[in-house]
Amino acid sequence: MIVAGCDIGSRTAKAVIMEDSNILAACVMRDKPDPEESAREVMAQALAQAGMRMDQVERCVGTGYGRKQVTFAQAVESEIVCHGRGAQWLEPSIRMVIDIGGQDAKAIKLDEKGKVIRYAYNDKCAAGTGRFLEVMAKPLGVRLEDLGSVSQKSTTPVKVSNQCVIFAETEIVSLINAGKPVPDIVCGLHRAMAHRVAALAKGIVVEGEVGMTGGVAKNEGMFNALEEALGVKIHKIGWDPQMVGAIGAALIAREMVPSA
Amino acid sequence: MIVAGCDVGSLTAKAVVLGQTRILGYAVIDANTSPARSAEEVLHKALALSQIGKQDIKRCVGTGYGREKIPFADQCISELVCHAKGAHWIMPAVRTIIDIGGQDCKAMRVDAKGQIAKFYTNDKCASGTGRFLEVMADLMGITLEDLGQLSLKSKQPAVLASACTVWAQAEIIRLVGERTPLPDICAGINDAMAGRVATLINTIGIENDLCMTGGVAKNMGVVKSLESITGMRVRRLPVDPQIVGALGAALLARGVSL
Repeated sequence: MIVAGCDIGSRTAKAVIMEDSNILAACVMRDKPDPEESAREVMAQALAQAGMRMDQVERCVGTGYGRKQVTFAQAVESEIVCHGRGAQWLEPSIRMVIDIGGQDAKAIKLDEKGKVIRYAYNDKCAAGTGRFLEVMAKPLGVRLEDLGSVSQKSTTPVKVSNQCVIFAETEIVSLINAGKPVPDIVCGLHRAMAHRVAALAKGIVVEGEVGMTGGVAKNEGMFNALEEALGVKIHKIGWDPQMVGAIGAALIAREMVPSA
Repeated sequence: MIVAGCDVGSLTAKAVVLGQTRILGYAVIDANTSPARSAEEVLHKALALSQIGKQDIKRCVGTGYGREKIPFADQCISELVCHAKGAHWIMPAVRTIIDIGGQDCKAMRVDAKGQIAKFYTNDKCASGTGRFLEVMADLMGITLEDLGQLSLKSKQPAVLASACTVWAQAEIIRLVGERTPLPDICAGINDAMAGRVATLINTIGIENDLCMTGGVAKNMGVVKSLESITGMRVRRLPVDPQIVGALGAALLARGVSL
């Protein structure tokens, strides 16, 4: 059976096509202003990658911030459920998922079947979300995707005392002006952000294997900083962590009882 | 005895020269990168306006974010204590003081003697601080004064869903794009600011009389919005609300008992 999952986030759109337990295609692109267009386009890319047409896809589930705009989906599911389902399917030992997206952060606790037991969620404050890194990357003159590798070059990380995006931005500018090496600042930023995300996770008690999903999980500096802040090893997911929500959506599509 | 108080904040520096019974002169300047230089400059200006020489100042107390860097201060005292002292001296009936600075928000409950009974302070989050208004004014290309004035002309204030300064920026951009009238956006910003402040200070509760100190108190949009949210009147101070901290510092320099 061929199914699809489409995850329309605040910054990027993701689509996955699966046949039974195989991922045939996975695409990610930067959002268009119109979420409906983002959904159509990313799905078209995934279909092209799989060499398929939309009518060959039996069912599709939409998720993410813009899930209601996935017009070709038969059903929608929250990204919390999808990230939980996707992470557990990829790495069955995981009991907690930390998902950092472009404009939010979530900590999700799962049972052994990947069902959500408890979660904590922040979308009220930009601190501890992808936006934090996005804003800081600018004055540092480092591309978002390079922050991870740049931070690895740090020898003496700088302490960044602010978690608020607005205040941290000012702090970064004065650190740059004070001549602090960029890798040391980036490392300090990762730590400040990790601290904030760890507080969210600790609020629902960290136990069992922890996995990290969402675009920010690709940043190895952030990955390490979060391990440090949580005081536990994070299980590396064997797939692109940004695709986990869309994979979860596809899995849910597969399990759905077909409507009469 | 002539004394002085100097309040070096994150965005502005204030100085008050105080005689036996009245304020002889005061000054407010934009802070520069060196707190020490800001302090020297603002005191110099306040002295000139008072027509007093520096040698005539018997004692000076420093306060504010940059207080440790004030070269001529005989003593440093926290801005919470100074604002409470200053506000109580001006208006003895005051029991709640909300002080919003450039990068923080504080609230104090004081007793009949002006002693602090409870306080709340936020300097971790830009929302509910002067920085929130500054970011929004910058975004719209207007001054902080405009933000206050324009909002008073609003017929239908916009509603901002986010308290976070970062998320609110995106909302403002959207509102501008939708051609929402500028006064309505300004009113929405001031309402959001007041709403956030009201939430923050809820932890200590408000007791009458209520007053506001700090630069944001000059924004009538925020003041009026705070009044409508809390259902309490914000007493208008007969002095520039921005100098209350420096005034309190001067009173403390004199060792005035309250």
